[in-house]
Amino acid sequence: MASRAELKVIVIGAGPAGVRAAQALVAAGLRPVVVDEGRRDGGQIYRRQPEGFTRSYETLYGTEAARAAALHRDFDALRAQIDYLPDTLVWNVTPNTVHLASGACYRELAFDALIVCSGATDRLMPVPGWHLAGAYSLGGAQVALKSQGCAIGARTVMMGTGPLLYLVAAQYVKAGATVSAVLDTSTFGQRVRALPDLLQMPATLRKGFALLRVLREAGVPVHRGVTPLAIEGTAEHGVTSVRAKLADGRELRVECDAVALGYHLRSETQIADLAGCAFQFDPAARQWLPEIDQDGRSSAAGVYLAGDGARVRGADAAERAGRLAALAALQDLGAVANTTPDAQAETARLRGELARYTRFARGLRNAFPWPAQFAAALPDHTVVCRCEAITAGELRRVVHETGATEANRAKAFSRVGMGRCQGRFCAHAGAEVIAAEARVPLEQVGRLRGQAPVKPLTMALSASADDRAETHAAHNARCAKEYSE
Amino acid sequence: MKARFVRVAEAGRPTFDIEIDGRVTQAAEGDTLMVSLLAVQDALRDCEFDDGRRAGFCLMGACQDCWVWTAQGERLRACTTPAAPGMSIVTRNALAGDGLWPRARN
Repeated sequence: MASRAELKVIVIGAGPAGVRAAQALVAAGLRPVVVDEGRRDGGQIYRRQPEGFTRSYETLYGTEAARAAALHRDFDALRAQIDYLPDTLVWNVTPNTVHLASGACYRELAFDALIVCSGATDRLMPVPGWHLAGAYSLGGAQVALKSQGCAIGARTVMMGTGPLLYLVAAQYVKAGATVSAVLDTSTFGQRVRALPDLLQMPATLRKGFALLRVLREAGVPVHRGVTPLAIEGTAEHGVTSVRAKLADGRELRVECDAVALGYHLRSETQIADLAGCAFQFDPAARQWLPEIDQDGRSSAAGVYLAGDGARVRGADAAERAGRLAALAALQDLGAVANTTPDAQAETARLRGELARYTRFARGLRNAFPWPAQFAAALPDHTVVCRCEAITAGELRRVVHETGATEANRAKAFSRVGMGRCQGRFCAHAGAEVIAAEARVPLEQVGRLRGQAPVKPLTMALSASADDRAETHAAHNARCAKEYSE
Repeated sequence: MKARFVRVAEAGRPTFDIEIDGRVTQAAEGDTLMVSLLAVQDALRDCEFDDGRRAGFCLMGACQDCWVWTAQGERLRACTTPAAPGMSIVTRNALAGDGLWPRARN
């Protein structure tokens, strides 16, 4: 067996799961590589603002300030004991090798174990007009504020469902931005029915109520049981209003210049897919997820999955899942003997805590359900694929004329899912449109296969001399030159 | 032109010049390129597949809706690229010189 220091373990992602995984590996005497797309650690949830920005942890992270500070502090303490590659994309995984890109610099790294903490992005259901300038994801609206001190508009409507809907709305209010309305597609009744699961985490539940109080005190109109009808505006200047049907059947129009949209989150699973992990259909969540055991082992040997990239259970669960996955990897590598009473007790404790987060996550899913029923009702002119402006009508025509009801076949004919986002923002809704049109169960539509590169790569290398401050092009050219030498 | 983003915090940072479609404007230190652009105008680019303007969507490098081009023809993802002094950005295909994406490359 290789000595611990020689074991090559790569952690993808420097959010809550990735940081805790790296910490456990370092504690066992390893020197892991941590690859992260971000310029700074923290992931999306605990995203660090740029150097020179001055807002406090309390301002940036609210009730989660202490958690964010602890994660950043612990990661800073790890820096000398890990190989940290920020601003670096894992664009492919082949057997025991990850393929990296940073700007125009490419390299490969071999691994004995890979811990994928790839995080999540907003889960989106189209609405007519969501391709207009000024429509953003809820996560995007939050990034604008947290990382850049900006609101996405002068008058913003938050629409969709999920904890983020209320969190971002409250954060905007506290920052002094104008929230014109919060339009929630889920109902009060759904919330009540989910209570037994939500009570697994009473403190988190109380934080949710506090967000509602912020909105109420600011006089922000909050409507539940809403059906989004359209985001209205012009092709040239973007969003001007939102139309929705209220629970009582009345139609509401809200003037605004920005809309933040989202229906909870979806795991970023492309890397797990490329690493050969098996997936299973989760009928309750209506999506395909990579199979993992209770410690985060995937079906692929040496590949571990943790955090929201494996199961959306939130940041606190991600910290535990990251640690648990690292402990599993260490055990499988023979680097630690997981037989001491202390080690076994810790594993048992982490598993138990994760089980409670799993139940809480089920509560959130039921309280803020994915509105699958909207897909069938989308008008034909609704853009489903924002990348290439492909409509629901075109996707339905493909289903009828070609008989393509499998996701990858329908993608080949319609191009829905083939654009530059690679299906991140259209695949779930696209599958629902196909299933409804073909009258087949969603599971039968399958899922889009992950494709390398998982994001577009920079192909052009500019080698022109440049005496300005180093631009991206200059950096890339220099980096490519250094790499070839 | 009307700005899309509203700066609500971190005021008073040092600024520097960048050029947008030939116009000189100010960016603040720590801005992403996306913020520098949308703090002075309402969109980032022309869509290649319809007649609309686009202004980005996810702000976390996942959707690729915020691609812009430099006057030199380099493609940048505006949400993850820091604004830098001297940048010259083209947000309208009609203003892009011959040979600039998307007409000659993709």
